[in-house]
Parts: sequence; structure tokens; C-alpha cells
Amino acid sequence: MRRGMKKNYMKKSKNLRANNWISFVIILFVGQYVWSQGNFTGNIESTFQYLNDDPVINAIQPPSKGLVNSYMNVFYTNAGFKAGMRLESYLPRIQGYPNRFDGTGLGMRYVGYSNSKVDVTLGHFYEQFGNGLALRAYEDRALGYDNILDGARIIFKPYKGIQIKGVYGQQRLSFEAGRVVNSEGIVRGVDADIHLNETFTKLTAFPVDVILGGSFVSKYQLDDDDQLILPENVGAYGGRMKLQYKNFRLDGEYIQKEQDPSLDNGKIYNFGHAAVVNFGYSKKGIGFSLSAKSVDNMSYRSDRNKELQDVFINYLPALNKTHTYNLVATLYPYATQPLGEVAYQADFLYTIKKGSTLGGKYGTTLGLNASTTYRPVQHTSGINQFDSSRVAYETHLFDKSDSLYWRDINVNITRRINKKLLLLVSYFNITINNDIAKVSNDATGIISSHIGVLEASYKINSKHNIRVELQGMFVNKKDDGTINDKGNWATALIEYTVSPSYFVSFINQFNYGNPDANKRVNYPNLTCGYIHESTRVMLSYGRQRAGLFCVGGVCRFVPANNGLTLSFTQSF
Amino acid sequence: MKHFTIALLICIPFLAKTQLIKTDSLDVKKVPSVLLKDINGKQVNTAAFGFSGPVVISFWATWCAPCKKELMAIHDLYEEWQTETGVNLVAVSIDDEKTKRDVITYVNGKAWDYTVLLDPNGDFKRSMGVNNVPHTFLLDKNGNIVYTHNNYAPGDEEKLYEEIKKLTSE
Repeated sequence: MRRGMKKNYMKKSKNLRANNWISFVIILFVGQYVWSQGNFTGNIESTFQYLNDDPVINAIQPPSKGLVNSYMNVFYTNAGFKAGMRLESYLPRIQGYPNRFDGTGLGMRYVGYSNSKVDVTLGHFYEQFGNGLALRAYEDRALGYDNILDGARIIFKPYKGIQIKGVYGQQRLSFEAGRVVNSEGIVRGVDADIHLNETFTKLTAFPVDVILGGSFVSKYQLDDDDQLILPENVGAYGGRMKLQYKNFRLDGEYIQKEQDPSLDNGKIYNFGHAAVVNFGYSKKGIGFSLSAKSVDNMSYRSDRNKELQDVFINYLPALNKTHTYNLVATLYPYATQPLGEVAYQADFLYTIKKGSTLGGKYGTTLGLNASTTYRPVQHTSGINQFDSSRVAYETHLFDKSDSLYWRDINVNITRRINKKLLLLVSYFNITINNDIAKVSNDATGIISSHIGVLEASYKINSKHNIRVELQGMFVNKKDDGTINDKGNWATALIEYTVSPSYFVSFINQFNYGNPDANKRVNYPNLTCGYIHESTRVMLSYGRQRAGLFCVGGVCRFVPANNGLTLSFTQSF
Repeated sequence: MKHFTIALLICIPFLAKTQLIKTDSLDVKKVPSVLLKDINGKQVNTAAFGFSGPVVISFWATWCAPCKKELMAIHDLYEEWQTETGVNLVAVSIDDEKTKRDVITYVNGKAWDYTVLLDPNGDFKRSMGVNNVPHTFLLDKNGNIVYTHNNYAPGDEEKLYEEIKKLTSE
């Protein structure tokens, strides 16, 4: 059949029409084999902005007026074979995005094969070892963060309950003129995990469930310093465990990093560490957890001369709740200080039973959460930072000082009043040390604030729903009686939804307490959207406040803007 | 031209077959295989959940208010849904290491009966083409994705239940 077609193709090659036809047939014929057994998935995302000048909020129109970011992922799997790619386009990049993104091109590509024992990937891959304290390659598109590894990875499962991973690659640093630019250093690592109760049949019925793991990561970068002898290979290694007994669980990880003089730490020759411990108890209707974290000199990048959010090999998330209400989430967010911090968190959630006096007809949920972060103690007596060892200080695990970086105490009550009405009441007390974790250019020292939020959702009928949020933020005055930062804020939101396809919402933030009367500004924004299955189109118009935009404890600064944003997403 | 006609005639059955396969493979998708852990640490293959009836996969996070509202709304109806249709819901949390520790506290605190999986580095999220949460998928008993929805507004759970009932009445 194929030979016949080929012969036919040769003969009629001068007949363009027939040639097209035959090509079409060939495509269908070949396609039948290629596409029939495989599975395609992927997505598209495109965000367009048209921005105006708005001197009141210091928003500036970009020279090109319009800005657009677009992405498309395509993943293909066929039996054990896999392949994928992502095309990206910044023409130019939307506002607030890191300034090294431009052009259109291939941002990611890989091929691989997997069966029940091995999984091999060549090209780009995302990866995380344990809690990510030693290695985590991930993408957060909202932040413009992508430290994907380009190289080779193998995952090996030699026996039940055992998994070994090996990675070798270079990290993505930026995307310039449509091409990925990798970081200078090379990252290598191995990680192993064993679930004892699965591997050893004698332990299957053992009441305590035990998982043990360990990682070793190393980076290589040429010594480019003419004064110091820099270590070219820097390792980070450690172990982890996870225990579960009935409703109790305990897990932890400890990672030590070798001497890694860098721009971040002022080229000191200290070792670094990161440790995290979680303890929890939960059963149906109640959940409780306690966590602790100790970090010292743990900025670990594949290029020692980079800063901000560039080419981190490891991931050090902040130990606090990620809030969702506008004022709480965006004004005073906190990100981990990789040079050192000691942090604690407690989290509690309880559902009062349906039908009880307190619980009401539909049950009531009560949530309590508190987190604190302190500066670690750095002992310097008897240590000369500038002697030949260049060790700057001594510190220990969980060696905390009284110097506060962050504190958050919050309460949340959710109660369904009847089939139509749902009420949520929340209170937050947030304290942040602006001298260390800088969130504002207008503030000094510790900013302390109280935030109250009232949310009500009313179901008009089976498809129509209206939701209202009222938020107030009250910032404590400084010791000298003057207003700290931008003072008090109020936010109101109203949202109307028609299930399953439409929504419209209006939000206004008002900085009514600003010490400068000219800056008591409203930030209104109107958004509407259409959803059909996995297609989403969203249009919004209004003002956007300047500020830190954070996801998962990683933040970027977004300047103020005024204009129109149109976004389109589609999954397939 | 004669050769071409013959070639075309021979190809017709293949064209027909291609069409048929197209609906099998391109329009109706299966869930890719990714190994995730559930909140108790047990490994689960996303391509084989092992349920006999329809399955709802709901991508969510502890920091996503509409996601939590969707799962709360379904929680109130879940018993009835399960008795009527045999459906099971798999809630895939995309919380990363920052908030992953809060997932089990939240799920148990809310007394949810769902199978809850953890996807801390977004491997399953990526392979399912999920852009943002909440994103809900409905699978028939053969594991084919038959309905998806990338949003939550009160009332969406009723539309989802209609789709589930369509599967069980067939």
C-alpha cells in the first residue's frame, strides 16, 4: 500500500492538485498510526494589556501601549513514550514581569520513556527532592518564575516502596529574543525514598507507617574570583522522615549546605542549614498542626553572582498561611529570609456538628492560625570574619533571638445560615518588620495592622448568586504618633455569577487613611468573564495598586497600572 | 488520474477508520499516568484510581477560596450523589511545600470524605493542561474525560451532577 502510494506520488509529482490530494491522504494514513494510540493534552494562556497614563497613582503608559504574554503547552504520551514542549511569546511582556523576557520561541521541550521500573527524561524537566529544601525546579507563571532544569533525569523503582532519582542539568535563567538562557552552573543530584511498610512484608501490619529519604545535590561553577579561592563544587545534603500513627503524624527534614561564598551572603565561608518539622493530629471534623523551621545561610543558587529570585536550586517557603482576601494577601506579604530565620506556626480547624446549638442546621467551621518568625542568633565573639577562614559567625539549629520579622494571628468562622445564605467572618492581626522584609517604601520599622473581613454569599436561585466582601485594614501608629506606611484601607467587592458560564465583579480599594491627603485614592476595577467548559475569557478594566505580588512565599514587585486586561485560557 | 482514483478508493476504509479513531483518541481523552501521594502517604496512579463508577477530579488549593466553596457545596450533597450514581470525587491539592502541611488539617477539619491527593510540584496539574484552579474533570467508568469546567460559581455543582447522571442513565 505504501509503496503503491509512493509510486503514485512520483508519477503525479507535476500535477500539483493530485499531489496535494495524495499528501493529504498520506497525512491521514500516517496520522492514523501516530495519533490513534497516543494522548494529547495541553493548554493555552494569553494575557493582553492596554495601559493608560495615570499620574495620580504614578502609572505610566508603556511606549508600545499594548502588551501581551502568550504560552502554549503540548504534551504527548503514547504507551511508554512521552514528549512535550512549550512555546512562549512576550511582545512585549506584561507589566511587572521580570525584565528579561522578550521574543517568541521554544521555552521548554523534552522526550522520555517510562515503564513500571524506570522513567527517563531528556531535555527539560521539573523536579522536587523531599520538601524542596535541597532542590526544587518549578514554574510559577503568575510570578514569571521558572528555574526548570535542562539535562537528563532518571527515576528508578527497583523494588516496591523504593524510589531513586538522579538528575543532571542546567537551570533556566531567562528568555531573551525568543530563546532560553541557562544559568552558568551545573546542577547534579540524587534522591532516594523508602516506604518501610511497603518494602518489608514483616512491617505491613506495623501500626506506625514509616517513610525515610535522603538527598545529595551538588552544583559546579568555575571559580572566577581573583582574590578568594572559591569552592567550585558546592554540595547540599541531608535526610528526612515521615511517621504516621493512627491520627498522629510527624515529619521532618534537615539539609546542610557546604561553604558557598556568594553575592547573597557577602562571600562568607560558613556552612548553611535548613530544617523543618511538622507535627499534626487530625480526624474527621478536627485538624491541628504545629510546625517549626530553622534556616541559616541557605541561599543556594546555580550562579553565585545572581540575586533576587534568580536560579535558586532550593526552595525555602515562608512558614505562614497563604491568605486570599485582597487586603491581607497583597499589602503585607512575607517571604523567607534565606540568610536566616527561625519560624513557628500553629493551625487549627474545627467543624461544629450540624444540628447542635452552636453548629446550627448546617454546621459551622472555626479556623485559628498563628505564625511567627524571628532573627536567628549569630554568635560573633572570638570570631574574626576577615581571618583566613572567612567564617563570619556561629549559629545553631532553632537558635532564635527576640528580633521579630513577622507575626500573624488570624481567626475565621464559616457558617451556612440557610440554603441560600453563607456567611464568613475573619480577623487578622499582621505584624511585619519592614526593615528586614521590605514591603513598602513609605514605612519604617515594624508595621502592625488589624484587618477585619465580612463576606456574604446569597443564592438567588439555582443559577444566580450574589457575593459581597467588606474589608477594613487599620494600621497602628508609630511610637512618635505619626501614621506608618500608607495608613488605613477599605475594600468592597460585589460579584454576580450566573452558573455555569458568566460572572461580573466590581472591586474598589480606598486608601482613605493615607497621611498625604493627595494620595487618598480609589482603585476601582470591573471584571467580567465567560466560561465554557475549559475555556475562560476574562476582561477587566480599572486601576491596580503598586505592590508586592506573592505566590507561595516568592514575591515580585508590580508597578501601579491603569487600563484594560484581557485574558484567555484554554485546556485541551 | 486512474492511479490516483484507485489509491483513493483503497484509502476510503482507512479514512473512515481514521475518523472513528479520532473520536476515540483525540476528542475523548484519558487521564495521563502520574504517581502522586494521598494525604496518608499512599502512592496512587492517576491513570488507575480503581473506582468502578464515574470519577470527578477537582483541582484545588487551600489558598483558593472558590475551590474550597465548590468542595464544601459538593460535601453537603456527596452522600446523595454517591448513593444515586456511585460517583467518587478525587480532590487534587496543588498546594506546594508552603501550604501542603495545611491540607490534611483542612480536609479533616472540614470532615470531607473525598480521596485527597497531593501534587506539590504541579506534575499532574501540568499533564492535565490545567491553567488555574478550580478546574474540574468528569470521567466515565472507562476513564474517558467527558466534561470539564474551569471555574466555580454557586450552582455549578448542579450542572456537574446533571453530567454525572447522564453517565449513569446511559
